[in-house]
Parts: sequence; C-alpha cells; structure tokens
Amino acid sequence: MPSIAKPIATHPSLGRNELGLTIRDYEGSMSTLCAGCGHDSVTAAVVRALWEMSLAPHMLAKMSGIGCSSKTPAYFVNGAHGFNSAHGRMPTITTGAAAANRELTYIGVSGDGDSLSIGIGHMCHAIRRNVKMVYLIENNGVYGLTKGQFSASADVGSKSKRGEANRMSPIDPVMLALSIGATFVARSFSGDKEQLVPILKAAFAHRGLALVDVVSPCVTFNDHEGSTKSYLYTRRHEARATETDYVPKATEILAELNGDGVTSVTMHDGSVLRFRTVPTGYDPTDRQRVMAYLQERQAKGEVVTGVLYLDETVPDLHEMNNTPEIPLTEVPYEKLCPGADALNKLQEEYR
Amino acid sequence: MQRNSNGSVNDFAIKLANVNGTGSASANGLLMQAIFRMGIPVSGKNLFPSNIQGLPTWYEIRVNNDGHTARAINYDLMVAMNSQTYGRDIKEVRQGGYVLYDSSWPLDKSLYRDDVNFMPIPFARMCNERFKDSRARTLMKNIAYAGALVATLEIDMGTVEALLDERFAGKKALRDSNLQALKIGHDYAKEHFNCPLPFHLQPMNANGDKVLIDGNTATALGCVYAGATVAAWYPITPATSVMDAFKEFCEKYRRDPETGRNNYCIIQAEDELAAIGMVIGASWNGARSFTSTAGPGISLMGELLGLAYYSEIPAVVIDVQRVGPSTGMPTRTQQADLLSCAYASHGDTKHILLFPANPAECFEFAVESFDLAERFQTPVIMMSDLDIGMNDWVVPRLTWNDSYRPDRGRVLNEEDLKKLPKYFRYSGEDENFVAPRTLPGVDAKGAYVTRGSGHNKFGGYTETPSEYQEVLDRLAKKHAAAADFVPSPKMQMVDHAQFGVVTLGGCDLAVREAIGVLAEQGIEVDYLRICGFPFAKSIETFLNQHAFNFVVEQNRDGQLSSLLTLETGVSKEKIRPILFYGGFPLSASQVVDAIQSQMEK
Repeated sequence: MPSIAKPIATHPSLGRNELGLTIRDYEGSMSTLCAGCGHDSVTAAVVRALWEMSLAPHMLAKMSGIGCSSKTPAYFVNGAHGFNSAHGRMPTITTGAAAANRELTYIGVSGDGDSLSIGIGHMCHAIRRNVKMVYLIENNGVYGLTKGQFSASADVGSKSKRGEANRMSPIDPVMLALSIGATFVARSFSGDKEQLVPILKAAFAHRGLALVDVVSPCVTFNDHEGSTKSYLYTRRHEARATETDYVPKATEILAELNGDGVTSVTMHDGSVLRFRTVPTGYDPTDRQRVMAYLQERQAKGEVVTGVLYLDETVPDLHEMNNTPEIPLTEVPYEKLCPGADALNKLQEEYR
Repeated sequence: MQRNSNGSVNDFAIKLANVNGTGSASANGLLMQAIFRMGIPVSGKNLFPSNIQGLPTWYEIRVNNDGHTARAINYDLMVAMNSQTYGRDIKEVRQGGYVLYDSSWPLDKSLYRDDVNFMPIPFARMCNERFKDSRARTLMKNIAYAGALVATLEIDMGTVEALLDERFAGKKALRDSNLQALKIGHDYAKEHFNCPLPFHLQPMNANGDKVLIDGNTATALGCVYAGATVAAWYPITPATSVMDAFKEFCEKYRRDPETGRNNYCIIQAEDELAAIGMVIGASWNGARSFTSTAGPGISLMGELLGLAYYSEIPAVVIDVQRVGPSTGMPTRTQQADLLSCAYASHGDTKHILLFPANPAECFEFAVESFDLAERFQTPVIMMSDLDIGMNDWVVPRLTWNDSYRPDRGRVLNEEDLKKLPKYFRYSGEDENFVAPRTLPGVDAKGAYVTRGSGHNKFGGYTETPSEYQEVLDRLAKKHAAAADFVPSPKMQMVDHAQFGVVTLGGCDLAVREAIGVLAEQGIEVDYLRICGFPFAKSIETFLNQHAFNFVVEQNRDGQLSSLLTLETGVSKEKIRPILFYGGFPLSASQVVDAIQSQMEK
C-alpha cells in the first residue's frame, strides 16, 4: 500500500468541530488509487462524517483486509491506529480488537472480494455476533488489483471490460445480511455523498454491527457499458428508498418528527435517526417487509439505497458476553489472577 | 524388557477394555483416583476412539513404586468387558497374567489361553438382577468391575467409598446404587478367587505434595493466572477441554463480585482462521489473548500466524497435538506438528515454541508463553499433545508466586510518547531486537498502520529491497535472541556416557525410565530434554559432546531431528532418530528396544 504524505496546509476559514479540529485533521495520506475511483469519494465521506461527529482521532481504529478498498484506511484519520490485515480476515481481527477494547470506535473497510468471497464466512459471523463496528463494503463488482476478474457481487449479464458476461448469480450483501439477522443495513452510492455522510453517522451511532454497502465504481475495470456497477448505471438505477437525517444526542429536537411518511428511531446512544421520506408502508424496523420490498425493487433493476433496516434492541458482542463497562485491557491484573491461595484451595479438588 | 511383576507390590499394569459411551470412564477414573489417594505413583491412559458411542475403548492403569508411570505395555491384568475385542485383548496379557471378564455369556473356546488365569464374573447377570433401569444396568456393570478390582488388587475400600461420597454428594440414591454395584463385584471376587492377586497394592506416601490433573486443565489454569482476557477458539479434539476448563475457571474466578460482569470474553469462532484473527486483534489492542487448537487448526492458522510474525503482534496458541496428517486419528497422540509450527506460514517465518512434558509444565509454560509473546511481540505456540492434555497425570502440586506481574514487553504509554520527537513502529530496537509498540486509543502520536505488506523500519509501506530486508533481518535476530528466554533444556549427565539421548515433551517419563533400564544393563547415557525453540546454545553443545545422539520423538519423519539439523551447527551424523508414531503414549520398553536394536546395527 504505497502512500504519499499530504502537505499540511490549513486555511483559517476552515471550520472547527467540538474538539477544535478541522476537517484536515481527519485526513490521511494521499490516495494512490486510480483517479476517479469511487473509493476516494467514500473516504471523503468517512472523513466528513467523523469530523462532524467530533470523534477524537486516536479513539478510532481503522481495520481492513486486502484489496483496493482495504488500502483506504491509510487515506483517512492519520491520528488513528490502522490495521491493514489479510485478505478476508478483517472481521475476525476487528472482533478480537473490539472484544479487548470496547472504548474505541471501529470502522472496517472491505470490498466485495474481501467480504463476499474469501471472507464471506467471517463477515456473516461478525454480523451474527453483532460486533459494534461500521462494516463498510466498497462494492464495485470486480477485482481491481488483479486486473478485472468478476467478483461475487457481479450481476448476471454484467459484462467485463473484455466483453465477457457474468453468468453466476450475485451475492447481495444487503439481502445476505438481512437474512442472518443484521441489525443495521444500509446501501449507498459513492457518487452520493449527501446521502452517504448521514448514513455513516447513523452507522457509527448503531448499537452493534452496521453494514453499509456502497456501490463504488471501479473506473479502470468496471465502468464501461454493460457493467451494472458503473457510475452511469448506478446513477440511472439508484432508487433512494429512505432519506435520513442523523440527529446527534446533544441536539435538542424541536419539531415533532413523526408525521406522514416520516419515522424516527432512537439509537442506542440516544441519538435519533430521522427517516424523512420513506415509501408508503415502509417500516425500516420490519425485517420481512424490508426484504420483500428490496426483492421487488431489485427485480425491477433498481439499486435501492438508504438506511434500509435498523434494530436497536439486539445486544452487541459485549452485552451478550456480559463484559465490564471498561475495556478488558483496563481491568487490573490483580482482578484477573486468582492468586496462590486460590490455587492451593482449588487443588484440593485434584486430589 | 520385562518388569518383575510376579508377586510384586505396587508394580504392575492393568488394561480395561470397554465399549465407549457406556460410562466406563467414570469407573476407570474412580480406580485411578483411589490408587492415587493410597499414595502410590500411578498413571491412567485413556485410549479412546473418535466416536460417541459403541466403539472399543481402553484404559490403562500403571502403578510403580519407583515413580515410573509412563505407559507400560505388558499387562498383568486385563479387564475384558468388550466382547468385540476379546480376541486381541486376551492376547495382550503377559504370560502368567490374569483376564477378568464378564461371564454372563460363555467365552468362545478359541479365546482361551493356557498360560493366563481367567477370572469369570457374571457382571451383566448380577447387575440385571439388582437394577431395573436399562441405563443403570449398563453403568453399574462398570462400577461392579471396579468392585472386583478393589478386592483383587486390595484397593482401599474406605477410599473408594469416600470418593463415591464426594462424587454423589447430595444424590443419595445414586451413591447407594453405586455402592451396591461396587459390593456386588467385590463380594463375588472375594468369594470365588484368591484375593489379593500376587501383584496388588499397598498404601504408600508418595503423593502428599502431588495432584492428579490433566494437561488441558492445567493449561487453562495457566492462561487464567497469566491474565488472559480474550480467548477465541474453534472446537477440535483434543484441544476442546482447554477452553472448557478456561471457561469453568473464568466463571469461578473472573466474575467481578461488585459488578457481576465477566472479566473475560470467550468467543467460539467460525473456524480457526477466525480464532487466530481474533487473538491477533485482541493482542494488537493490548489484551492477553490465546487460542487452543490441534494440527488441523494450525494448518488453517498458518496465514495469520505469518501476519502476526511480520507485523510483530503477540499471540499465544496452544497446540494439543494429535495424529496427522489430515484428519488423521483425532483421539490419538503424536508430536508431528513440530515443523509446521516452527515455520508456520508462507515466506520466511519462525516462531517461538514451548514443549511442556506434563501438566505441571503446561501450567508453568502457559504463563511463560504470554510473557514471551509480549516480550518478543510475536506468536508463541505451546505444544502439548493428547497424552499430556487429556490424560490425568500425577504431578507436583502447582505453585504460584503472588509477586508475579505480566511482562508486557516494550509498550509506550502517553508519557513515553510525549518524550519522543516522533514515533516509528519498527525503530528503536533493544538488545533483543524488539522495537517498542504503541496501543490504539492512547495517543494520536503513536498511531501507525499495522500491515502485513512490505514495510520499512518506520512502519511505512515499502517495496525497496534494502528497506524490506532491514526489517526481515531484524526479525531473524529477534527470533534467535529468544533462545535465551525460552525454558532451558533439562539435562541429566553421567560420567562416561556412551551417547546422548534427546527428546521433548511427553516422551520424558518413558525415556527417563528407559535410561534407567539401559543403565542397569551397563549402558550409561546422558539425557537432554528440549523445552523450547529457538534452541538454546547448550543444546548444540550437548549434541556435539557426544559421539552420537538418539533423538526420541513421536512422528514418522524425525521432525525434531530435522529441526536440530536445520537450526544448530550439529552434523547430521550425530543425530539418530528413534521414532514412534502409532498414536499411543510412549512406553519405556519401546524406547529400550529401539535403542538396543539401533545399537546392534
């Protein structure tokens, strides 16, 4: 993952967040991805979301596997530890990291190769464990670093750059996640930052694992005619199912939010996710109906985006394991070691 | 090699042949524990199938007043309770030995031997008369043969009764039926045979400071005492009981009395890839974390062990070895993961290995594994095996020094970081070639991207040969430096040794007993037991001191021999592998026979 340091130049006019940091403080090294890569737009959205949320940079942990998407943690929040691990294994490493230190905010950046092929099992089980993290899939339907093989998210009939059509049915991370009990499922488009930033903020506020599938076109290998993961195709077929505002906990909510076609969900941390527009009868907390709706729209060739499903009632990994409120890494050793007397007493059972 | 077992006290071996899933383990454990409480050196080996119910299973008990408790394979007494295996079981009894069998059904004439004594007892018939429930009839048959052994071997009845009281505390009905069954067998034997048999037991006082414990339990206890908080695993024989025990101890010792919260997190992973990934993630964040597995798991963990090695993250892996290759024989023992663990993963990788020889060392080495992993910021694999892990061993009482504090290695805190002009992950190594690490969540100044891709000493990505090599060379030196920190080899030297005998792990008892037998025959040898890898310098010195060395290990390919050849300057001619790999624990007679036959060559 080659990286080039960005020159530090801050203009006094740059806004400051609650921590007094500018958006530049949330940037990373210069991207080495192809010019126009969707992933860079996603990175920019992540930077904005974190800056707006005023997360202290060192309290973020940036996790990734291998692939173009997995390079991007180097391109945001230099002040955070990152872990560019092994292909497909990001969910496992994040699960362990989260188990050890629950105080950090985890973002895992993955791609469709990383999460839907080599690491699909790990993704599924991280979802089942409801590890508190934002699980971002930068989905472009193609293997970029190895030069253009189809990935498991390529649609049937979608054409490779060489003109070959994919014949195997795709794995849709959104439907897959919903079917195995995911508690936060969203889809967005890298070209739609206006939508992506609030989705990310809501994802960070979620109680457990927030899966965010972002269609993020590969300009080099999968942005041609015949591709269903191109900018043009996605722009033409994107259907925003929901539009959401993320209202932080501290903000006083003045207006009555629940009106016609409007619903709001209080997140576990007290913030509110306000669904501004939703289709008639769409309930983002009703898993079966969400799945039926998505299938119906997908059959029509639409790429449905927005926060699609949300359940704040399911406990996360830590709640399920009844771990302490402080990170396990901070429990003093004296509390972990039973000591010599206990060992002596215990051994009476081994006589 | 022949043991003197005609008319001997506290020196004999018995084998119990059963059908698995019928409750025989409970009766066999009872016998073993009773003998232990009589203060007699004893061992019990469970030779069991990879099956839940219906296949043959054996248990062997050896008592020896000199403390030799490796497996003994010339049986003085066979308790033949499985008609499926009568043929081979009866064949295995030594001349003049005894066969105790269930005579509810007649024994096929062809199975009789003239040179052994048969002791027919109608266990099934008696139990069917006494007990109504069919499950009870099956279970109590086992306790009944235990009763017969109490009579024939002079096992202390009071001790057995006390054990039943402890086992069935609060379950009077069960206790009573067990006692009844015990008496059925006992009384029948007393009435029909000359009790005791020529070989039998007599109380001793050899176990005052000993405990009866299996290696997996002791390992788990070590992990608790070391302060491990995050454990991730995938179920696998024979390592599963490590995590079962860890959980049990955590429930007992790690539930915060004030908050009711668990000061631990155990995650049953989706596979071993995930288990080691979780360990690496937790360790990256500064927790003490471990996984327990066996050979197939090691194969899967290879990928991420390389990541931890190259990105320098501590990780503790407990490998309870079983028989390979592939699925192999999951319930049988071997030491065949040595090479795959030493160099686990693609590319140039080397790991730190520890080789405990018994459950007491499992406890001790488990704690050391965490200290070494953190000190050297690298994976440490503690290599136990099925024999050590799943059998009950009599070992010295485990001890703990309350002044112990974990060696967290070089970790920079906020203060340390303040003093540095700039922090670079892989710079500033100490005399052991370890560079200080930082933990996430401490200070933005310590932030860096951990990566398994090529990196330079600053932690940055590199594809430049010199930068890449600089880091890789330091890693080799770091690994070599660990030789002085792994547990020292154990040596037993004599004057005028004819050759050296080298081994590791659970072979210890059998090999030391064999050395005693050889000495009786006038063959004096020096003994070396290797306890860790990388190899201490003294290992090479020992090997060079001798004209040649027999290297005793439990695998086909002489993996320890290979490792010694690869990792020391010793010439190949000095190393003569003595190999056992059938899957059962080693016995001294096998070692003596193999050494003698090699010497004749």
